Amino acid sequence: MDKTERSEILSILVVNEPGVTARLGSLFGRRGFNIDSFTASPTNDPKLTRITIATTGDDRKFDQILTQTAKQEFVKTIDIMGKKSIYRELLLLKVKATKKERSEIREIVEIFRGKIVDLSKQSMIIEVTGSSAKIDGFMNMMSCYELIDVCRTGVTGINRGDAGISDSTDED
Amino acid sequence: MRLNGSQLVMEVLLEHGVDTVFGYPGGTALNLYDALYEYQGKIRAVMTAHEQGASHAADGYARATGKTGVCIATSGPGATNLVTGIATAFMDSIPLVAITANVPDSMIGKDAFQEVSISSIVIPVTKHTFFVNRIEDLEDALFNAFRIANSDRKGPVLVDITKDVTAAEINRKPRKPMPVNPVPTFSDEALHSVATMINKAEKPVIYCGGGVAACEAGEELLALMDKADIPAAHTLMSAGVVGYDNPKNLGMAGMHGSIAANRAFDRADLILAFGTRFSDRVALNPDKFGKRALKVQVDIDASEINKNVIVDLGIQADVKDFLIKLLPLVKKKSHPEWLDLATGWKTTTGDVKSGDAELHPSEILHTICDLTDKDTIYVTDVGQHQMWSAQYLKHEHTKQFITSGGLGTMGYGYGAAIGAQIARPDCRVIHLTGDGSFHMNLNEACTAVSEELPITTVLLNNQVLGMVYQWQGIFYGNRYSSTDPHRKTDFVKLAEGFGAKGYSAKTPDEFEAAFRDALTQKGPVWIECAIAKNEYVYPMIPGGGTIEDMIIG
Repeated sequence: MDKTERSEILSILVVNEPGVTARLGSLFGRRGFNIDSFTASPTNDPKLTRITIATTGDDRKFDQILTQTAKQEFVKTIDIMGKKSIYRELLLLKVKATKKERSEIREIVEIFRGKIVDLSKQSMIIEVTGSSAKIDGFMNMMSCYELIDVCRTGVTGINRGDAGISDSTDED
Repeated sequence: MRLNGSQLVMEVLLEHGVDTVFGYPGGTALNLYDALYEYQGKIRAVMTAHEQGASHAADGYARATGKTGVCIATSGPGATNLVTGIATAFMDSIPLVAITANVPDSMIGKDAFQEVSISSIVIPVTKHTFFVNRIEDLEDALFNAFRIANSDRKGPVLVDITKDVTAAEINRKPRKPMPVNPVPTFSDEALHSVATMINKAEKPVIYCGGGVAACEAGEELLALMDKADIPAAHTLMSAGVVGYDNPKNLGMAGMHGSIAANRAFDRADLILAFGTRFSDRVALNPDKFGKRALKVQVDIDASEINKNVIVDLGIQADVKDFLIKLLPLVKKKSHPEWLDLATGWKTTTGDVKSGDAELHPSEILHTICDLTDKDTIYVTDVGQHQMWSAQYLKHEHTKQFITSGGLGTMGYGYGAAIGAQIARPDCRVIHLTGDGSFHMNLNEACTAVSEELPITTVLLNNQVLGMVYQWQGIFYGNRYSSTDPHRKTDFVKLAEGFGAKGYSAKTPDEFEAAFRDALTQKGPVWIECAIAKNEYVYPMIPGGGTIEDMIIG
């Protein structure tokens, strides 16, 4: 078994019932599994919720994460998303921006294909979507300004092609 | 049929063959207990002294029968008192349904009197929990609770019902229990690989775990041992799968296991682990465990494979199903040299009469075996007496050695003995305990008196908290911190106070006379046996150690 640590995105389909996030959080907490990011949202089936977790570990850890999660009563499917899947994260950022900083910030936002969604005399709100790496890159550029609030949704993902996430045999 | 929620609970229990529930009433459980009053004659409600006792009793009932144990408690402290029992059942994979009443739905989340979110508290120690605050959801929750408790790797499920739901009315029709989940499928390739490994092995050994007992695969395991000439070592949880007098039984493995079992694991070229999880009490050093052997693990729970020890081949399967399919592929073989070697490591425990006037644990246990029949159920607490019981009792059948393995719950024994005796009134129940464990839950003696249960408790009293005392003696330079409490409990008077009968024995003759008399009693009795503080449990491999570190004593 490979002992090198790696990051993976898990896509977990769970029954939409109260307490599911508490159960999953409890499982990851008590078994020592990392949660780097966690998103949950409804699906096209109102009985089901899609949870996307970014986590890190070696082969043995992933083995445990998959089997311990899969055996939970509320878990329908769990998959490690392939590298070729499409991942997106949304960033909303409020930055202090007076008249003299506005145009240079606007330039950065344009390079990252973001949007300025609100503007006031002393600040602006920026929206950027993309892969986590792109958001990280944007955050790096913005670090020299005075940030007021940063809200990232955490990553979510879907695989390319006709197959659903659990039908996918995306090996890369 | 128009029923209220509590009557619905009773109907569902009856549909699942439940004839006994263990519990304790209270404010929010009033409706449930009113229904139990109505259903008396169909469902026996055993009231314990404390909800912890009820949870252990339901667990003991389940272990003695293979059925699902059921316990009931009220909200708040009633519910939290179940937690140790639920955790005990979880660690040992025992099917248990715990039903709790909660405050009415309108008061949930308002810190009402005796409100606690028990369904959140027990998440880490249950297979699943249900919080039911709509009468329409109650039936499905209960049916699923029984299905989940009995499916795959068995375990406890909690159903928390708000008080308003226990009174609300609904129409329902009789319904059959849900089928348990199908057993996992596995590949022919995996099956053939195991057969090839067995056919090629020269020094194979079976590592038999609680899963073999849980799926009742004893017969198939014995057939494999016989056909391929393989000796077997067992865990605490599977004592009795292979009879004590089977020459290929190497005894218990692990920290206080036999020299033969532990050495066989160390020298084997193939370890066949069935229904077991390589716990830290067996595979004390996971990196060095069975270092010369190919390791095969067959377990119904995929998450146990490679969890503690990395194996060469792991297969998720029901052990019974797997063995049935494996047996025709295994060649008839014999390994006379290996068998001679492995069984030669067995030490004789026949000569246990010390000849002196003192009482020794091994003598006590042999006397018990000599004076009881093959249907006797032995229930233990946790500590030195538990290990001696595992080592010296003549285990012949499953469901007859009931002990808290994974969680190691001191105080488990008396409640579990009550459950076992109620489940099997035809069997003699011997409760083996120590003075530490017995002090924890001896309040349940009042339950045994009320229910007229002829439980014989044999209490090994060394005046100290023996197992911890032993560790402090060996590893902490005799610094006996909080293990030598100088208690002055008079166990004979204590028994009388409860309306039970007490005996005190200081010599082998006194013990034998007391035990013979105890077996004639109609109600609960206990025999306090005075043993020395310096009786240690041997052999012993310290935590994290290997066979090289074994202390023979």
